[in-house]
Amino acid sequence: MNITLSITKNIHNWLFSIMPEGVASITEMVLIAVVYLAIFAVAGLYLVLLERKVAAWFQLRIGPNRVGWWGLLQTMADALKLVSKELTGTVKADKFLYNLAPYFVIVSALMALAVFPFTQEFQAFDINIGILFLIAISSIGVIGILLGGWSSNNKFALIGAMRSGVQTISYELSVGLSLLTMILITGSLQLSEIVEVQKNGWLIVQGHIPAVIAFMIYMIAGTAETNRAPFDLVEAESELGAGFHTEYSGMKFAYFFLAEFINMFIIAAIATTVFFGAWLSPFGITESIPLLGVVWFLGKTLIIVFLMMWFRWTFPRLRIDQLLTLEWKYLLPLNLLNLVLMALIVWLNLTIQF
Amino acid sequence: MEKIIFYILALVIIVFAIASVSSKKMLRSVIYLLFVLIGISGIYFLIDYNFLAAIQLTVYAGGVIVLLIFSVMLVHHIEMELELAKVSKRILVGLASLIGLGVFLTTIYSHEFIVVENYTTTTTEDIGFGLLSYEAGGFILPFEVISILLLASMIGAIVIAKGTKLTNKKNDTV
Repeated sequence: MNITLSITKNIHNWLFSIMPEGVASITEMVLIAVVYLAIFAVAGLYLVLLERKVAAWFQLRIGPNRVGWWGLLQTMADALKLVSKELTGTVKADKFLYNLAPYFVIVSALMALAVFPFTQEFQAFDINIGILFLIAISSIGVIGILLGGWSSNNKFALIGAMRSGVQTISYELSVGLSLLTMILITGSLQLSEIVEVQKNGWLIVQGHIPAVIAFMIYMIAGTAETNRAPFDLVEAESELGAGFHTEYSGMKFAYFFLAEFINMFIIAAIATTVFFGAWLSPFGITESIPLLGVVWFLGKTLIIVFLMMWFRWTFPRLRIDQLLTLEWKYLLPLNLLNLVLMALIVWLNLTIQF
Repeated sequence: MEKIIFYILALVIIVFAIASVSSKKMLRSVIYLLFVLIGISGIYFLIDYNFLAAIQLTVYAGGVIVLLIFSVMLVHHIEMELELAKVSKRILVGLASLIGLGVFLTTIYSHEFIVVENYTTTTTEDIGFGLLSYEAGGFILPFEVISILLLASMIGAIVIAKGTKLTNKKNDTV
């Protein structure tokens, strides 16, 4: 097993110089895991704050503005409150599965984060099947939602969980196929190589028409995968209470909530990596300063996150039959046609390269 | 270190496999089965079969288990428990499993396995070329046969699901 942990060579060399090899590699893994956990727990909280600010902006309100300057500590305070809350549950729930479900959701969300290339060096796990790994991991998260809904022993939670299962299984197909369309240009599943290819122009420019179609399909399907409005039938509050997490409280609810926002970040980060050149700057303007890659990556990701929040506060919710019609009768055939179109363009060398 | 990870994974697989067949709650045994499948994909990762590991996760953990959970949710209530089988049946199944295990172990211990020293990771590219090559050692024929099989089963599923609607339409036209 060769895990290629490529976070900053200096730390890597320093760790291996002061410790025997086995201990050093374990220390390195633990260190990286802790760093990722800390960063993304806080990042998730700030995404929640961003969502609330954006919502307020769309509804002509101010939003959270009391805790800290400009409300910046609001979600931190919320997190502390959630930690101190009592964990409740229903009497006849299947306790084991009920407690297991939130961990499925949060662990699968955090695992996916490991493969993103934030800069050339800041990538924890550069596996040679990157995109496939992401798709595989994201298909596991739904199990947590199904379990949570079933083991709550609550009708509304069960209905929410069933809807979530149907929705995620359907839209996973579109996410996979639209990413596959882009793989035709790169010829590699490894994320670092996908970024390497984009040094001749971002993929959305290289693939022009089919790439734009693929991006639109990806954004629709990605929003559906994260169970956000307009696809939030899973937790439609006017119909189902809170859907699959009705019976959860305190920290367990917070896991579901945090996982939703981290998943949103993941969908945006995949879009950034595959369509918009990850840490590459436009026209290579900051190529000489590799550290700025993080800024570009996060900037692009946050713009796409903002796009998803824009969707949420603009479109009304779909009905379940409309949701399935959209996927199976429109997106999927369009996607397959798009795949053929992209294959033609790559075959005839019609891609735009600088 | 690889040895330690292997033994941890093996322990996980064995413990959850036993838990999966001995649990009396249906959904719990499905989840134990999920842990077994994830453990197996962990072993594939350990020997650098990354593609196979990811496929194992998508197809078995993501696909088959979700379908199983769906079917359990549709037919099973949370308070139901599975019945215990008769003693005679249990003994019979135990004997059958023991015979199976015996055959398995004798096969393993009667053959020598050669340890590969310098292994390389199989890339997705190699797998793709292998699947589509029609020269010696290529897999184009099985690949196409499987595609046709899948297409046939898909059409079959649609016909069964739409069964009455399709036949009604025919009657109307006649």
